[in-house]
Amino acid sequence: MTRITWQGQRYELQEGETVLEALLRIGASVPYSCRSGVCQTCMMRAVAGDPGEASRHRLSEEQRARGAFLPCICHPQTDLELAPMQDELPIMATTVVSKTPLGDVLRLRLAPRKPISFRAGQFINVHAEDGVVRSYSIASVPTLDDGVLELHVRRLPDGRVSTWLHEVLREGDELCVQGPLGECCYVLGETQRPLLLIGTGSGLAPLWGILRDALHNGHTGPIYLYHGSRDAEGLYLHDELCALEAMRPEQFHYIPCVSGPNVSPDCRSGRASDAALADHSKLTGWRVYVCGHPQMVEETRRSVFLAGARIADIHTDAFTLSR
Amino acid sequence: MADSLYNRLGGEAAVNAAVDIFYRKVLADKRISHFFDNVDMSRQAAKQKAFLTVAFGGPNNYSGQDMRKGHAHLVSRGLNDGHFDAVMENLAATLQELSVPPEMIAECAAIAESTRSDVLCR
Repeated sequence: MTRITWQGQRYELQEGETVLEALLRIGASVPYSCRSGVCQTCMMRAVAGDPGEASRHRLSEEQRARGAFLPCICHPQTDLELAPMQDELPIMATTVVSKTPLGDVLRLRLAPRKPISFRAGQFINVHAEDGVVRSYSIASVPTLDDGVLELHVRRLPDGRVSTWLHEVLREGDELCVQGPLGECCYVLGETQRPLLLIGTGSGLAPLWGILRDALHNGHTGPIYLYHGSRDAEGLYLHDELCALEAMRPEQFHYIPCVSGPNVSPDCRSGRASDAALADHSKLTGWRVYVCGHPQMVEETRRSVFLAGARIADIHTDAFTLSR
Repeated sequence: MADSLYNRLGGEAAVNAAVDIFYRKVLADKRISHFFDNVDMSRQAAKQKAFLTVAFGGPNNYSGQDMRKGHAHLVSRGLNDGHFDAVMENLAATLQELSVPPEMIAECAAIAESTRSDVLCR
């Protein structure tokens, strides 16, 4: 049996259990969020033992050198002694500037009390009440939006944090964030490259940021944005995207897609990823961004790779919903 | 070692040039693509890169035991000689696409072939 040592106590790992699951089972008070090795909220150090490559491969060289690993995806083969990260990402205070409901999606704007260095398409961890943490992608561009963080929060049926952000949080309130993290950003210095952006639901948030970042940085190559939703109400930036397309009809193409039964005449019927691949079957030389539902992201990543995009040129921000 | 196969092929740059082409062929090959379903693509690409480094005669620390351990779960899912042959074909086709001379392709094939019994856990 593999054992973990936490705060001087030893515990046995149960069959198939991750280190995080074991910690929660024994009642340890540890922060966590995505449970899928993405958000780094639960990151710890292994002071003794080997957490295994799978729980570390996405971390930076610096983090790895300090013994960091992600307990939520760690199935250790050896006994482990755990310690918290000493200098975890600092928690920063922001002020809620505005809350704009766009159907099911809340456009939330946060002004950091001290400037935060970030890029559109990265994500931040939001600390809601009771210490619950959720990751949200950044839809704003620092230089265009006065350093304000814009997040798009979709209301989920049983979403603790999304419900709290929609209903309880008020303009003027303080909200703490951690980050930014992630690298799903516009790549500077290749202004002529064709860009393909595919997103479902609030996966549009990073794409909206990347799109504006690209245009702001003088991108001249064509940009295609496919936004998919079950119904037309879910196309929550429809008017703004149509306006942007009208301003740059030669360069920017917005293709709204509705996968449910009620398709309005100005939308494509079917999934955004299917429409994008039907229109662009050869993606050699393209840079591609895929954001939204995790299963859609994985499937689309594979499809765009098979269509010729290089692995290094496919960017994703798959967020697994917390169980 | 200036004239080693790995250096003649172009070293790490050659591996980087080959990995996307090779992995795309493998994923598109119906005979073997099911072994790659539900596998994180970035991690898988790293493994393909490791495989190509070995096949190119490059620096690696893989033992026969590592090969066995790394493929045992695939053997239990039915990995056999036919699948191994398919990978060999895709490797050769990748190198042809990159205009590698036939005699160097043969050298790579011989190295890859030498892992067959370990990969298939025999």
